[in-house]
Amino acid sequence: MKYIDEYRDPALVKGLLAKIRKAADRIDHPVTIMEICGSHTYAIGRFGIRNMLPDNINLVSGPGCPVCVTSARDVDIALHLSRQDKVIFATFGDMLRVPGSNGDSLQRQRAEGSDVRVVSSSDECIELAQNFPQKEIIMMGIGFETTTPTVAVTVDRCRKKRIENFSVFSVHKVVPPAIEALIADPGLNIDGFLCPGHVSTMIGSNAYSMIPEAGCAAVITGFEPVDILEGIWMILEQIANNKFEVAIQYSRGVKPEGNVRAMDLVQSLFKTDTVEWRGIGPIPESGLVFRDVYAAYDTLKKFSVPDIQSVDVKGCGCGDILRGIKSPDQCALFRKVCTPANPIGPCMVSSEGSCSTYYKYH
Amino acid sequence: MKYDKILLEHGSGGLLSNELVANIFLPHFSNSFLERLEDSAILSIGNHKFCFTTDSYVVSPVFFPGGNIGSLAVHGTVNDLAVCGGKPLYMSAGYILEEGFPFAALTEIVQSMADAARGAGIKIVTGDTKVVSRGAVDGIFINTSGIGIIEYEGDLSIKSIKPGDAVILNGTIGDHGAAIMKARENLGLEADIVSDSAPLNGLIAEILKVSTDIHCMRDATRGGLGAILAEIAKSANVDININEQDIPICENVRGICEILGLDPLFLANEGKMVVFCPPAEASKVITVMKGHEFGRNAAVIGNAGESGQGRVVLKTSIGGERIIDLPTGELVPRIC
Ligand code: SF4
Repeated sequence: MKYIDEYRDPALVKGLLAKIRKAADRIDHPVTIMEICGSHTYAIGRFGIRNMLPDNINLVSGPGCPVCVTSARDVDIALHLSRQDKVIFATFGDMLRVPGSNGDSLQRQRAEGSDVRVVSSSDECIELAQNFPQKEIIMMGIGFETTTPTVAVTVDRCRKKRIENFSVFSVHKVVPPAIEALIADPGLNIDGFLCPGHVSTMIGSNAYSMIPEAGCAAVITGFEPVDILEGIWMILEQIANNKFEVAIQYSRGVKPEGNVRAMDLVQSLFKTDTVEWRGIGPIPESGLVFRDVYAAYDTLKKFSVPDIQSVDVKGCGCGDILRGIKSPDQCALFRKVCTPANPIGPCMVSSEGSCSTYYKYH
Repeated sequence: MKYDKILLEHGSGGLLSNELVANIFLPHFSNSFLERLEDSAILSIGNHKFCFTTDSYVVSPVFFPGGNIGSLAVHGTVNDLAVCGGKPLYMSAGYILEEGFPFAALTEIVQSMADAARGAGIKIVTGDTKVVSRGAVDGIFINTSGIGIIEYEGDLSIKSIKPGDAVILNGTIGDHGAAIMKARENLGLEADIVSDSAPLNGLIAEILKVSTDIHCMRDATRGGLGAILAEIAKSANVDININEQDIPICENVRGICEILGLDPLFLANEGKMVVFCPPAEASKVITVMKGHEFGRNAAVIGNAGESGQGRVVLKTSIGGERIIDLPTGELVPRIC
């Protein structure tokens, strides 16, 4: 793992912290930087980066954890699907504990007897489908630009192998419309965005052009501590110089146009639509739904879903937290009622969620 | 909203497991032996001090690189006795077998139990077998109990930990959890990862020979090093400071953790323990460990702090700080 160690070199870190301090000194106001992506939130917590920064720099976590932005309604639908006869409901582990409208979760549903299985890749579903031909394998398709292509490949493979007992309940989302919604939010006060490196290898740097247009700094950043610190420094430089652009810190693999082949595959399966983000509300063109030609793999076409009246949990401030308006400790439920063992909102469930990261690392 | 049924997570060795013990078992069984909540109960019969422990093994898959459910059961029992200062003497073995389980597999498991017991100097002196219909268990589950005699004079207990104590670990973390993950998942990884399942009684006996001032020992099994330290810090009400940089870890384990997004601090071990002792004793302990086959990569990873908030503070490899708490969620279920 020499490759990883390079990006955790304490000497490099020291040098970057000095540069950050210098840049921060040139800025005479508090700076708020939003990390859009949950993987950044996680790494910042895991390496203890937040308290290494100068006092006038505030890091807030944005809507980039796919679990956290999954709406209560989507969880309710997942619960409904998992209860159907002859269904194996496959999901990534983080979804298990996310509460739906009435506090139920897939984890509890499993204890009630539903066949809910944790998979670590969508390809495992092909195996399940082949091993249980008499059952329908429903996979909860969750994630942003980085995970969607792998799910798309799985669906494509199933089609070629003529596997018919598999479908995807897609709650996939795309990142740029959410950023646009954030920028348009008058309540928001963000000076710069740490943009996710791996999403950017897919969609390219062009997708973030609206950020500098709105007068904010944008740096596409990797996930190692050294990457993140360098990204923060580059944001501060843009702010200090009052010159905004989409800069690329994470040059390992980001092209302006992105990964065209992967994006083409995703587009051949899915089209964008308005979907609900937990705590934020509906965002136009931000969700991925199956195109009609792939109806055979669309769970929502194969199963009828009743009209579920979903409600977000009362008092959960996830929405404000996802928009960077509040920090987790400003939520009245934080730590008192809402803990990782008894999560009230999804931000407390996901290992990448702002509230659970904040709980663990503060 | 409280839920009134058992979740898989209750068996994870994390927060929910602790709650289960505190809310259901302790109130009903309450007695001073149980309330210590250490790896074994400490009992006196006549002038002799004994330790007594029990554990059940449900690992999936049953065979994994570095061992199988049988050797694991023996090592687990031996270690729970040894960290309490006991010399393991006798143990039981109860089997719950699923209809259709192959004789060949059972023979191999029993054979390796016998080998492991011989290696650790413990005798399997009583047993039981039940067979249940297909689907009622997954292949084979094993329950063991063990009894050992305590000759060490000091009080090996979480309560004996003093501010300033050195925290010593006898080697790399996460090997068992990572080996199980790798055996279970079809990861297509070449990397060689072998469980660290091993009996620690020989090593512990040597440590207790060179130092009469060991304060506490615990084996870091389910929940990993992170969970055991968090538990110790809470129940001793001391802060524990550890340095990420000093914690030994195999390159391959670290690799699999990077790929799967796991934190090796919370991956299970089956041959690792932490030792708390005064700093002056640390070098003796390290020397003994390094000279023993199950302690070659031993290191001082931190110390018990002065103040008592019951927190584990990890200094990260790049110089930041984070708090290590009891894990929640199912990390990797059925690892032991
Ligand atoms: S602390 Fe819990 S209730 Fe409050 S915002 Fe976070 S997840 Fe929601």
